[in-house]
Amino acid sequence: MKTLLIGILIIAVVLAVISKIHPIGKKVSLYIVLGFIALIMLIPFYMMFVMATHTTSEIYSFPPAMWFGTNIVTNLKNMIQAVNFPLSFLNSCIVTFGNVILVLFFCSIGGYAFAVYQFPGRKVLFAVLLGTMMVPWTAGIIPWFIMMSKLGWLNSFQALIIPSCANAFGIFWMRQYCQNNVPVSLVEAARIDGCSEWTIFFRVIAPILKPAYASLGIMQFVNVWNDFMQPLMILRRPEKMTLPLMLKTMVGDRGTDYGALMFASTCAVLPLLIAFLSASKFFMSGLTSGAVKE
Amino acid sequence: MNTTKKKGFVYTLKKNKVAYAYVAPFYILFAIFGLFPIVAGFGLSFFRWDGIGPMHFNGVTNYINLFKDSLFWKALSNTLLIGILAHIPILLGGLALAYILNSKLVEGENIFKTIYFMPMVTSSVAISIIFQNLFGNNYGIINWFLSLFGQKAINWLGGDGSLIKVAVIVMFAWKWVGWNMVIYLAGMQGISGDIYEAAKIDGASDTRVMFSIVIPLLKPIIVFTIVQSSIGMFNLFTEPFILTNSSWTGGVNNGGLTLMMYLLNKAPQGGNSYGYASACAYVITIMIVIISVFVNKFSEEKDEGRRKYGK
Repeated sequence: MKTLLIGILIIAVVLAVISKIHPIGKKVSLYIVLGFIALIMLIPFYMMFVMATHTTSEIYSFPPAMWFGTNIVTNLKNMIQAVNFPLSFLNSCIVTFGNVILVLFFCSIGGYAFAVYQFPGRKVLFAVLLGTMMVPWTAGIIPWFIMMSKLGWLNSFQALIIPSCANAFGIFWMRQYCQNNVPVSLVEAARIDGCSEWTIFFRVIAPILKPAYASLGIMQFVNVWNDFMQPLMILRRPEKMTLPLMLKTMVGDRGTDYGALMFASTCAVLPLLIAFLSASKFFMSGLTSGAVKE
Repeated sequence: MNTTKKKGFVYTLKKNKVAYAYVAPFYILFAIFGLFPIVAGFGLSFFRWDGIGPMHFNGVTNYINLFKDSLFWKALSNTLLIGILAHIPILLGGLALAYILNSKLVEGENIFKTIYFMPMVTSSVAISIIFQNLFGNNYGIINWFLSLFGQKAINWLGGDGSLIKVAVIVMFAWKWVGWNMVIYLAGMQGISGDIYEAAKIDGASDTRVMFSIVIPLLKPIIVFTIVQSSIGMFNLFTEPFILTNSSWTGGVNNGGLTLMMYLLNKAPQGGNSYGYASACAYVITIMIVIISVFVNKFSEEKDEGRRKYGK
């Protein structure tokens, strides 16, 4: 441990010194620091892929396996025997798409109404909306659960889809977007042409909101897809489980089949990871849109 | 007058029916699934209830029992310790990385950003499962790495339980540093380049620029991220839960027990003390509110000081 700490210290001092001597030295040392951190970020993913190709006993060996093994097909078979992956995947899709579509719909009509219509009580209602964003949901977690069980929504997807449709942040965000991108004259022109209010929204406004739909949709999608706590409370039957719950059932105190578990983790993580890598800018702006004002 | 006003109310409702119809779903859903549980939770916290039988009013007994329970204090201290220690690498690391990537000294900025952000799209359960393995006692890569430097195997997730928190902190920092970095980077890109230029011409070092220009200008964003992650900390549950093999007591000696885990274990997951769990939820909520107010106040006061004593 001591040698490790001293080593880190020496490397840090060397990097600091060469970055002082010459601009190129500075560049090199910055690359070394950034690359080292990138390595730390990537190692867990890499180890997951590696372990997905090994048997459990290989995973439990020391030193740990650092390169891909040959057990991937067996792990796949073991995973299929242990859990119903396609069903869990489907469940995750139903919950996530159901919630995201409803959230986008309600938030966009709400935000649009606040941005474009002048109606009595608009300011008060909007202030109330902003106020609800401050309320921590933790306070109501127990009655919320009781409500779900009284409604008979335990083990059903609507418990995860419907309550979280009331998304104050989404409406707030859509309103900002509408104010900046929807000209009131456009709405008026459509009205003069004889469009009904619904037609105006679906034919004229919704296409303008596409970028906003994408950002808000990504944020909601990632959150719901990866959520663990709410599904844990609501979905108890194996045939209803979403992917994170399915992964959890594969971990036992004893006799966890780590090879199969890592294979399942890889399968669960990969779709979103590939989507992220192919459109990372999009994802980053979507997921941080709560904090960053454009 | 009165009748015209009434007429007027119905009239405005009808006239603006589209607008009201558009905004109504939020308020209806929030009233049912948000407001009602929060209000009911406060009431419930004064009752003893097993979820099925009759409810017994018992005043503040739930709160008193909660404060008497040493496990609650253990959960609170664990949560605070993890929260405070994890913030250091997340904040400083995020700021430093954002500053480096913003300085235009390195190319491939988007590649680094993408890599650092990857954990944010990954399920916490999968991450926890991987880290459980990486922190493994006899086979984990972390102990293997330390063994290269002559360190004996450290029992991170077992032992006396105190190192479980280290594992959670490492995992948390690993996950969140990228998110903070992207936010700070967006904030830094909003700062005009002229300011940096001027500071550089005046001979200011990077550290000086960072602390005298960047951090003060980014303060609203930094405060926002601190409030957000503090709330996240109080709701911390998934990571320690999976790391300790889904044990509701937080592993050896309750080393990984968090407030949220404690709450859910009272009801509905472990037991059925719904009133007691509700009281616990309210205590957590009050702490969240206090911390948010405190962080906001603290940043405002500093702001005023700066204004008073000249810029």
